[in-house]
Amino acid sequence: MGESPGFRRALKPVAWVACLGPAAWLIRGLVQGDLGADPVKTLTHTTGLSALVILLVTLAVTPARWVTGINGLIRVRRLLGLFAFFYAVLHFLIYAVFDHQLSVPDITADVVEHPWVLVGFAALIILTVLAATSPTAAIRRLGGKRWQRLHRLVYLAGALAVLHFFWLVKKDVTEPVRYAVILGLLLLARVIHARRTRSTPVAEPLRAP
Amino acid sequence: MLIRRPPDVRSSEITSETLYQTRRDWLKATGLLAAGLVVPPRLTASATGPDDDKPTPYDVVTTYNNYYEFGTGKDEPAQNAGSLRLKPWAVTVEGDVKRPGTYQLDELLKGLPVVDRVYRMRCVEAWSMVIPWNGILLGDLLKRLEPGSKARFVEFTTLFDPKQMPGQGSRVLDWPYVEALRLDEAMHPLALLATGIYGKPLLPQNGAPIRLTVPWKYGFKGGKSIVRIRLTESMPKTTWNLAGPSEYGFYANVNPTVSHPRWSQKTERRLGDFLKRPTLMFNGYGDQVAGLYSGMDLRANY
Repeated sequence: MGESPGFRRALKPVAWVACLGPAAWLIRGLVQGDLGADPVKTLTHTTGLSALVILLVTLAVTPARWVTGINGLIRVRRLLGLFAFFYAVLHFLIYAVFDHQLSVPDITADVVEHPWVLVGFAALIILTVLAATSPTAAIRRLGGKRWQRLHRLVYLAGALAVLHFFWLVKKDVTEPVRYAVILGLLLLARVIHARRTRSTPVAEPLRAP
Repeated sequence: MLIRRPPDVRSSEITSETLYQTRRDWLKATGLLAAGLVVPPRLTASATGPDDDKPTPYDVVTTYNNYYEFGTGKDEPAQNAGSLRLKPWAVTVEGDVKRPGTYQLDELLKGLPVVDRVYRMRCVEAWSMVIPWNGILLGDLLKRLEPGSKARFVEFTTLFDPKQMPGQGSRVLDWPYVEALRLDEAMHPLALLATGIYGKPLLPQNGAPIRLTVPWKYGFKGGKSIVRIRLTESMPKTTWNLAGPSEYGFYANVNPTVSHPRWSQKTERRLGDFLKRPTLMFNGYGDQVAGLYSGMDLRANY
């Protein structure tokens, strides 16, 4: 399928605006003081959820290319992945500042003692490694194959993020289950595609523009 | 004779409205990113210090609720609880009690003194509020009902009616909601059957027309919209304990030293605050209630 010049031009700006939406909404709420009865909870939840959703959208890029044939979508994948990382970092900072007043011993104890926190922290570490190796130079240095193997950790990060969400709810798991199903479908799409095409790799590394 | 306010907050410790408001303005002004970079010392101080036990605003108390019978979101009870019919309201009293029967609520409470109490409310989810309640002492009602010689526990059952309580259509908990206290806990003068907040009748989302409030225990012990009171010899099976025995004990006393398996109970966030504050043993009511548990291992009996 062809891509119009307009589509090519609009793709990245649209991704930027969409990804900055939650941050803009939170800043507006913070300034106006209407983030609800528990503003910190709103901040924590919104940044965490944004990280998860954008991560899932990142994982949806490749299947979307197969389905639509619009290969140009690949150009926003790195952008999306970095935004997922951005929100994960904000999520962690809000937790570190407002829940633990940046006390390293407190945070360490919380991470070690509570599987829920540990799992989220592990996902953050993975995203940090992936973000650090996202520049084109890093791809070249690592070599396509090794880079690709390393970046498959994104599936693990997605699974850990869903588990993190699943464990935090007291009883009603409807929402985390919804994301688990989406993640499952995105993985399933890859399995099916790999079976059909056999030798084609699951995801291709970004090439220098 | 009774304790309206716990003795741990002197009026001299209460921050003035102006200072409190300035803090808010300051926070608003800093914005998210700045807040992520520095923790100003004044904010840090406010976490442990003075301003507090200022009643949580009425609109927060009435819109931020855990009442799964009307949905699991905090805002859902306020949206959905309008379907609850508060009149007539009957309460059945049964079990080992000298005056069993089904009473209309007015009749049940008639003549019992109404008291005002400002209590901290600590949710097991690590947030808290301060609520000015009105109600009657649970002990006063129990004395009127005359528990039998074998009664050791009091069980409270919430209304079960999926037509009025849309959340009961989901199996998220095993309905009806049941909570219970040991009889000596129930007779304690801090245990309240609330019928109002801020001098107004309770709204459905807060457990109207009558609910239990036990300030030294986690909020879930406070059964709402009570239709049955039963006195028993053996320990009743309670809803959250059945739903997660390792996470929610029968006693559920507020205890910063016993972590929820998934999160810490050492600190809590007072609604509206940005920083957490330390959680107090028995939610700060230890002077009054610790005696109920002398000799008991509170780690085993969480």
